This record gives sequence, C-alpha cells and structure tokens, in this order.
Amino acid sequence: MGWLDMAITAGIWALEILAIAVPVALTVAYTTYIERRVIGIMQIRKGCNRVGPFGLLQPLADGLKLFLKETIIPTNANKLLFIAAPVMALVPALVAFAVVPFGETQLFGIWDEAHVMAVAHLNVGLLYVLAIGSLSIYGVLMAGWASNSKYALIGAVRATCQMISYEISMGFALVCVLMLAGSMDLAKIVDAQAGGFWHWYIIPLFPMFLVYFISGCAESNRTPFDLVEGEAEIVAGHIVEYSGMWFATFSLAEYGAMILISLLTCILFLGGWHAPIEALDFIPGTVWLLLKAAFFIFVFIWFRATFPRYRYDQMMRLGWKIFLPWTLGWVAVLGICTYAGELNHSLQFLSDMIGFYQPWRS
Amino acid sequence: MRFIKHALKTWLLWELVKGLALTMRYFFKKSITVEYPEERTPLSPRFRGLHALRRYESGEERCIACKLCEVICPALAIVIESEERDDGSRRTTRYDIDMTKCIYCGLCQEACPVDAIVETQHFEYASETREALYYTKDMLLEVGEQYEAQIAANIKADAPYR
Repeated sequence: MGWLDMAITAGIWALEILAIAVPVALTVAYTTYIERRVIGIMQIRKGCNRVGPFGLLQPLADGLKLFLKETIIPTNANKLLFIAAPVMALVPALVAFAVVPFGETQLFGIWDEAHVMAVAHLNVGLLYVLAIGSLSIYGVLMAGWASNSKYALIGAVRATCQMISYEISMGFALVCVLMLAGSMDLAKIVDAQAGGFWHWYIIPLFPMFLVYFISGCAESNRTPFDLVEGEAEIVAGHIVEYSGMWFATFSLAEYGAMILISLLTCILFLGGWHAPIEALDFIPGTVWLLLKAAFFIFVFIWFRATFPRYRYDQMMRLGWKIFLPWTLGWVAVLGICTYAGELNHSLQFLSDMIGFYQPWRS
Repeated sequence: MRFIKHALKTWLLWELVKGLALTMRYFFKKSITVEYPEERTPLSPRFRGLHALRRYESGEERCIACKLCEVICPALAIVIESEERDDGSRRTTRYDIDMTKCIYCGLCQEACPVDAIVETQHFEYASETREALYYTKDMLLEVGEQYEAQIAANIKADAPYR
C-alpha cells in the first residue's frame, strides 16, 4: 500500500469519525434542551423558551457560557488527574459510538452489497461496547480522588460501586441476547431480528430488556440512580469541584452515555434499523433506529421527571439481589429451552419456540 | 391471595408504571406559566408597591406633616421635616423614603389621616444604584401625579371593605 492510499484511508477514517462525533455532540447539546423542555412541560411549566425561537439556541448559549467560565483547580488537587478525569470520562462515551451500526447502506446503489454504517464494523462489537463502557468508571473515580474533597470522593466511590454492580446484570442481560443471536457482531444481532416486530428480542427477553434499560440508567448515573450526585447529601458528587469547560465535559459524557444506551437498547432488543412491519421498509433504516433511540432518550427524561432518587442500600439490593438472580435465571432458562428438544422429545416444542429467534440453529 | 397480588404488583413494576402514567398525563396539561414581561398576573387594589404622595384636585399637597407615618414605620425608612408655610399652614420641607429600608408593610398608608402617602401598584423601579432608590419628596409627588388615576380607582375599589 502506497503513502497515497494510506493518506486516503486515514482521511476517510477521519471523516467517518467526524460524521459520528459531531452529530453525537449536537445531539447531546439538544438532549439537554429537550430534557429541560420535557421536564418543564411535565411539571406544567414551559421550560427554557427565551433564547431564540422556542429557546432552540439555549444549548449554544449554555455552551458558550460554560466555555468562557474560569476553570478553577482546587489548591490541593492533583492537577494532572484533575484535568485528565473529565477527558477519561468523555473518551469512552464517545469511543463506544465507533461500533454502533446506524444502518445498512448501498450508498444509493453504488455498492453492490449492503455495508454496515459503522466506523468500525467489529465482529465482537458487543464485547467492545461492554469493555469501553466499564472504562468510564475511571473518569469518575479519578475526578473524585483528584479533587481532594470528601464529597467528591464519596460520590466517586458510590459511582464506582454502582457501575460495577450494574455492569454484571447488564452483562448477563447481554448474554441472553448473545444466546439468541449467536453472534457478538452488533450488525448480525440486528439482522437476526429482521422481519417485523414479532422477531424482536424484546418479546422473548422482555425482563432482560427491562433489566438492561434500568441498568443503563444506573450505568449512566441517571435518575433514579443519580445518588452519585445526590445534591442533598454530597452536593454534586465527583463533579463538585469542577467548573466551566471541564464541568461541561462531564455532562457531555453523561448525556453521551445516555444516548449510547438508548441506541444499544434499540439495536439489541428492538430490531435496530428494521421497521416494525416490513410494509414500512420504505422509510430508511437509519431513521427507524434514530426514532427508536429518540423514544428511549425521552424515556430517560420521563424517568427523571417521575421518580425520586433511590436510597443507597435499595439500589445495591436491586442490583445484586434482584437483577443478578433474574438475569442468571433467564440465562439458564434460555439455555435449557434451547437444548430441551435434544434431552427429551416431548420438550421439543420449547426448542422450537425459542428456535424461532435463533437464526444460528437453522 | 394478597401475596399473589403483592408479587404481581412488584414484578410488573405497577407503581412505577402508575407514576409514569401520572407524569404523562401532566405532559398533556396546559402549562400554567405566566410569562412575566409579556404577560402579567392581575394585581389587587391593595397591592403595595412604590410609594406616592398625592395632591388634592386643587393642586394642594395632601400631606400635613403630622408625621404619623414616620412614627409608625417599622423599618424607619421615612424621614420628614416640616416648617410653617407663608399662609400659616404646616407643610413638609422634606419627605424622604429609603426604598432599600422599606419593607412594604403599608402601615404608612394606614396611618395617614389624609390619604397623602399611598402605595401604588407600580413595582418595576429596580435601579443600578442604591441612591436611585432614595426617594425624595419631589420624586414621590411625581409618582403621585403619574399614577393618580390608578390610585384613586384603587382607593375607591377598596373603600367598601374599610
């Protein structure tokens, strides 16, 4: 491969990355706007409607304000880690988008076969997402430790504990998806759900869908699991010492994680870019995926408008005593159902039922 | 039976669904926000805003410098000095209200025997300096001239209840 080819490849990569990162950043900005509006409307208020038409320029004004503010670094803080922490929080949130397949395209008929629209089409996409998702803990933990403040440290410890706890049940919920799809490739998982909403994994895996989504709330530290920030007792947790741009970076990471969870929920349980019925296929797949993801972002906000914060022990109980046994149990049930037919012929109907969702068996 | 009911409620996340349904109902309710600079809430005739000194229709000041308002003012915001005028009547030479001290209790208005000092419905007089909030006699009389129609209407509206 010559230098020119390499340069072109690198250029295309850069474009692909920009094509994901810029819309993600914009979506994050407007998610904050939507959040304020939706919560406002749910509390029969108006929400922000002053800056620009319908307040649509509010995120820009907020961003400008935050970027112009002074970055205050506490005297006794570990300066390097203090600055590195928000970056460590943001990078995994953005990097995880690399494997998210946004649809399949033939580029208006230029390509003969459909290509998956993802920056990196990994055959272990699911593992990658899980691995990168766990990395975001480091940002929080570093922020809490580097701030040299008791509230920040308590918040960070809480966050770490919570993320680790919920990661496990989240992982097992994903194992269930794997057992049905038979692949770690996110695009293959979506393809396994092709052909109408009765093929979607939300039907055989409804409890796992709930577990995944609720764990997603806990992973991204959203209400009702935002006791990491618990204003009443620990001010704002790990972000208590941050100001200006670095503070904005943390919320960018939080909202990025929220969007990622929404997208992944759609990809894993709601048929990704497939229309609910095949007659609606004329609408491009990407639009379907984004619509479904938008719904889940709305649900995140809806949760925030509805639920009070969990107490710490209640949250741990939910993670370890309820979600973990449930997900483990569901893995066992799925496994038994899959091979029940081979054990005993009278149980073949179980295998057939579950086999409907398992393209790898036929 | 109760056990089954309880278990069902727990596992179907019934209470959470109910909560979500409630917020969703409110989502479609009309917002009750009054968008202040453009829209305003109605004000009571008894509203206690900026003070004003009134005049009679003849143009004569109502204030007779009895200093009842100065005495009753709990925040000691009013300062009055008086002198005998050429025609022998007692009039104020100085009538200052410090709006930064005033607590808008309306006692000056209650105390006044001649309805000279009143509180108007005007409340948007924020300023950038403290000095601008130190209202002298001339300023108060000017406010009175500006809002006389409103003040008269409010006193009339409230009269049956006094």
